[in-house]
Amino acid sequence: MERQRRVLASVDEAAAKLGLEPGMTVTHAQSLIPDLTVVDATPSKDEAALLRLALWAIMYSPVVTPDYPDGLFIDVAGSAHLFHGEAALLADLTTRMAHAGITARAAIADTPGCAWAMARYGQASMVPPGGASQAIASLPVAALRLTTATIKSLHEVGIERVAQLASKPRASLSLRFGGEVLLRFDQAIGSVNEALPSLIPPEVPRAELKFAEPIGDPEDLKRVIDKLTNDLCGQLQVRGVGARRLDLVFLRVDNIAQGARIGLSRPHREPRHLAKMLCERLVVIDPGFGIETASLTASWIEALTERQTIGRHVSADSAEVDVSELVDTLSMRLGQNNVFKFSPVESALPERAVKRVSALKGISGAEWPPHLPRPARLFVHPEKIDVIAEMPDHPPRMFRWRNRQHRVAKADGPERMHGEWWVSQADEKLLRDYYRLETADGTRYWVFHNGPPGEAGTWWLHGVGEA
Amino acid sequence: MAQASPPTAIADLRRYLERSVGCEPAAGTLPFGQPAIDVETPGGGLALGHVHEISEGGFAAEYAGLAAIFAAGILARVSGPVLWCLRGRDLFAPALSRVGLSADRVIFCETWKDRDVLPAMEEGLHTRGLAAVVGELTKLSLTASRRLQLAAGASGVTGLIIRRWRNANEREDSEAPSASSTRWRVSPSPSPNTGFDGLYRQHWHLELLRARGGEPHSWIVEACDAAGSIRHVSTVGDRSPAADGQNRALAG
Repeated sequence: MERQRRVLASVDEAAAKLGLEPGMTVTHAQSLIPDLTVVDATPSKDEAALLRLALWAIMYSPVVTPDYPDGLFIDVAGSAHLFHGEAALLADLTTRMAHAGITARAAIADTPGCAWAMARYGQASMVPPGGASQAIASLPVAALRLTTATIKSLHEVGIERVAQLASKPRASLSLRFGGEVLLRFDQAIGSVNEALPSLIPPEVPRAELKFAEPIGDPEDLKRVIDKLTNDLCGQLQVRGVGARRLDLVFLRVDNIAQGARIGLSRPHREPRHLAKMLCERLVVIDPGFGIETASLTASWIEALTERQTIGRHVSADSAEVDVSELVDTLSMRLGQNNVFKFSPVESALPERAVKRVSALKGISGAEWPPHLPRPARLFVHPEKIDVIAEMPDHPPRMFRWRNRQHRVAKADGPERMHGEWWVSQADEKLLRDYYRLETADGTRYWVFHNGPPGEAGTWWLHGVGEA
Repeated sequence: MAQASPPTAIADLRRYLERSVGCEPAAGTLPFGQPAIDVETPGGGLALGHVHEISEGGFAAEYAGLAAIFAAGILARVSGPVLWCLRGRDLFAPALSRVGLSADRVIFCETWKDRDVLPAMEEGLHTRGLAAVVGELTKLSLTASRRLQLAAGASGVTGLIIRRWRNANEREDSEAPSASSTRWRVSPSPSPNTGFDGLYRQHWHLELLRARGGEPHSWIVEACDAAGSIRHVSTVGDRSPAADGQNRALAG
């Protein structure tokens, strides 16, 4: 309802195709489409639904703000790494929304204003760092989050695009249209910071500290983290749970929230370990002019039961060494994919005999066949070697590798490997004869000949250092 | 001179010296099980809870494949999880499993830079309960090696450093002095003739280049067997008839 008139608050895709748009009066719409289905808008229900969506979006970042009536701000600055980068995070978000039946547009940019504009009016969904002003230049002025009245009066003086706005003198703009236009413009390009109050998920363990004087010294922040983790771990202990994910939010004096997030490979409530992990993420925190409030939230918790390791009737041998803390720390520093265990794969080809599995995988007992000699170093790309003298189906007598002639003193082979035709078509013709060669000085090489038996094919060096 | 004084006095003196330089074995020693080698290594084997360096000689030395197998053979004979810090993608795990280091025991972390390997190693050396930490490194400053040595001493976790290089300059770097307890070099050595087709287990020229409280030595050994043990064949410079071993197992 707007001034006693019934207007359309929102239209679906089919209605939009028929030329209906929000803001039209219902009578006008009904005159265009006689059998139009009109449902009364329920803004309070919409708000509640948006709030639920915002709570869900906390899976992406600790700093989420619902932007009523139809938007969400998610500050992913400190958490995108957990999703393998911003682009992957965005893809994940849009896919999940689509699966839930929500038509949504999303964009990532330096500033909330720019992301708002790009999501609603822009073409690209990713704005590179520092590209905010360029990205919004060609957008209509409505992309600046202005009221309908302001947009209308801008249109009246012929200002349609953001770039036109930027070329006008600031003093006259603020005189004519009020401070709003300039503020929104500055927020979008990042010359004025915009504070987003973060939404607090209910019913989650949370610790908070407020400071009389703003703090900013890294040492102070570390002490704050120690205190917060101690508080939080106390709460976790009472509830019998451990944290799988922690969100640390620092609220600065300029009301800007700085967030950091850590993920844990198993539920944890050991303050020392959690504090250490959080301190490593302190690099992403910019304290600015100081921090007034710090909060730590365990946004993902799992049941954790205590286990007795010391005492009578507890054998020392059965206590498995807990390496999860080490794995967490290394995964955070080096990336989750770079901490792993190797596990055997039954495959005819050596390069496929190994796969990477989780570093916390338990004992499987699976091993590679022990009777097959294998090199300790396997070249990712086999290196071509020139074989000087050879008889078909026999190991070479000499080979040239890295501009040096190697005389083969002893050899063993061939070990024939066929391609796995069930894996790929290229494998069908694949046939390798592997030889172990020992040169005069005792160095061992693992070489293979590929090509049909009895014919001259190509020789490759695949590995060195043999057990 | 030394022969004139009673052996107990020497042993006392050695203990005193070890204490005063702070290298008292923290977690015992791991013998190689070969008297000819153990007798020449200080403490009768590899001191656990210390940092040891392994480099490789020979034409394929830059890949340090034999050094990796030598390290794996040592780890196969201790129990507990192992952290292996890689600096490339070329390690082939089946070879480690063949000398007794089970895939279930080894956590790998992979980086491309020495400066990431060092903190990862230190982190591992601080973790009580790990059997050992292996790091593949080019540069190791005196300070960095002292840090690792201190961390190892405090937790009792053994550190093994495999020295790698890609060019002559880096090779020189890898020979700079460090604070590790021992430095070993593994080089290939011709294996004996079998008399028919096939290869014996590989032979190594194993050198103890430097040892705190010991003398450099070198031996010809047979590479690690399925339990991770090396077998002494002869001592370099020693031409006694016992050196020519018999009944060797055929490798592979």
